[in-house]
Amino acid sequence: MARPLINAPKSVRRGEVFDIRILIAHPMESGQRRDDVGKPIPREIINRFVCTYGGEEVFRAEFFPAIAANPFLTFSVSAVESGVIVMTWTDDLGASQFESIEITVT
Amino acid sequence: MHRRMLLAGAALLALPPARAGATKPEVAAAIQALTGGAKLRQGRIKLDIPLLVENGNAVAMTVSVPDAVSEAERIRSIHVFAEGNPNPNVINAFFGPRSGRPGLSTRIRLATSQTVIAVAACADGTFWTDSIELLVTLAACIDEI
Amino acid sequence: MRAAALLALLLFAGPAVAQPRSGYWDAGPQVRAMQDDDTANPGFLWVEQGRAAWQAPPPGGKACAGCHGDIAAMRGVAARYPAADPASGAPVDLAGRINLCRAVNQSAPKLAREGAEMLALAAAIGVESRGLPQRIATDGPMASVIARGEALFRTRMGQLNLSCAQCHEARAGARLGGAVIPEGHANAYPEYRLEWQTIGSLARRIRACLTGVRAEPFAADAPEMLELEAWLALRGAGLPMETPGVRP
Ligand code: HEC
Ligand code: HEC
Repeated sequence: MARPLINAPKSVRRGEVFDIRILIAHPMESGQRRDDVGKPIPREIINRFVCTYGGEEVFRAEFFPAIAANPFLTFSVSAVESGVIVMTWTDDLGASQFESIEITVT
Repeated sequence: MHRRMLLAGAALLALPPARAGATKPEVAAAIQALTGGAKLRQGRIKLDIPLLVENGNAVAMTVSVPDAVSEAERIRSIHVFAEGNPNPNVINAFFGPRSGRPGLSTRIRLATSQTVIAVAACADGTFWTDSIELLVTLAACIDEI
Repeated sequence: MRAAALLALLLFAGPAVAQPRSGYWDAGPQVRAMQDDDTANPGFLWVEQGRAAWQAPPPGGKACAGCHGDIAAMRGVAARYPAADPASGAPVDLAGRINLCRAVNQSAPKLAREGAEMLALAAAIGVESRGLPQRIATDGPMASVIARGEALFRTRMGQLNLSCAQCHEARAGARLGGAVIPEGHANAYPEYRLEWQTIGSLARRIRACLTGVRAEPFAADAPEMLELEAWLALRGAGLPMETPGVRP
């Protein structure tokens, strides 16, 4: 499985609001499609996404099958202190994946 | 502050009242569960989706908060519904205090031409909404899968 | 001088469209925006995967990087495929070339053409040519491949009895259902299609059009597929490479 692509500044000024963009490789199988013999393809989506910053939750989302394949998400964070930003997402099978980035606040 | 409230009030008068009557029962029930019956007002949040969608498999959507709000009015969560989808829920997003500018962009699936509705819950107990009615055209070439 | 003029005539008399127009311009503003922004273009998920695969040696073999060095050395390569393999003289497309290296230089099993690893490697090699003009060799064994490709392009096929040219030359720019018929160029592959919800090869795109006219699609490794690919590359000569492109 391909690694997600994350875009965020490495360094920001205290108090500045910055965007985090993430692109995750995932088919987001909606549960609405059928295969070539007409059998329904079971739903298999990322249903939860959480972002923490210095251990504190900044952003959380519940995804439904209406989120497009290979989910793309932009949200913003307010620069408080240098630290680690961790993004974790969980799919219908209960499997979690995470990625972290470091941010320097000047 | 006062002026913005007035403007929001004026917008309320000009617009059909929160699409009452038009909203699908399923979506209306979901919104009712969210708001506990509190009034939905226009303003505070802005929904952006192209009015003409080329392919419903991935449609860029942004919900933003155009004007700064006070700490007491902070946007706590944003909920998006697509009335014409088999499952109208699209996304529920929750914003912590360190989220500088509540709002989000993502790409969504739209099964057909329809109305998409965003609802925001604020820390002051108020609920705000914006909606867009859009057209989805479909790709013409048939694929093997 | 005479030879050069003749060559120019050969090159430019073929395509009915004197200045080819990329399918990018027939896509709507949202799709173009998705292609233009590398942080939003889902094709880059495969580009990144391909860059990792480039570095990773197969069991007991050498990594692509072990012989070729940095992937930046692939600049310009994707823009001149299909091309003849110098060793055998056999024309191959980029996926075919990659599989030659897998078999000959890595003693590794061939990669499935529509599999994630092949698409990823092709995307990672392709992106190195972004912005460079598509320009394939037309001499040697390529000449007859291209000629057969053009003939196929003009042959009516399927229950709808339509040739590629009838849509992509005669009716390019017209609407078919909700979609604009593009000129049908090959300069953006592997390409992320919203319809597929994933990345796919030029062969997959051609198969989709063949299915569209209710024709029996050629297999991905059929000679006809390579011939069509070669002709598409020639008639789109000069178009800047867009890999990984995004289309509806
Ligand atoms: C053992 C060394 C070796 C390894 C490993 C190797 N290659 Fe190659 N590759 C070559 C050589 C030599 C050529 C030139 C072949 C020729 O010109 O006959 C070549 C040619 C190519 C070309 C065509 C370049 C051009 O200018 O037309 C591509 C593309 C390519 N390799 C991709 C790959 C990929 C992708 C991998 C890993 C999956 C890989 N190679 C692994 C030795 C290697
Ligand atoms: C009935 C008309 C029709 C015929 C016949 C047809 N196509 Fe297409 N083709 C289309 C349409 C429409 C699209 C664009 C589809 C879309 O974007 O949804 C397309 C897209 C393409 C593309 C993608 C271009 C890009 O920018 O990525 C290629 C390549 C292509 N066709 C090649 C062919 C070939 C080769 C044939 C003959 C085997 C063929 N087509 C036959 C209608 C046709």
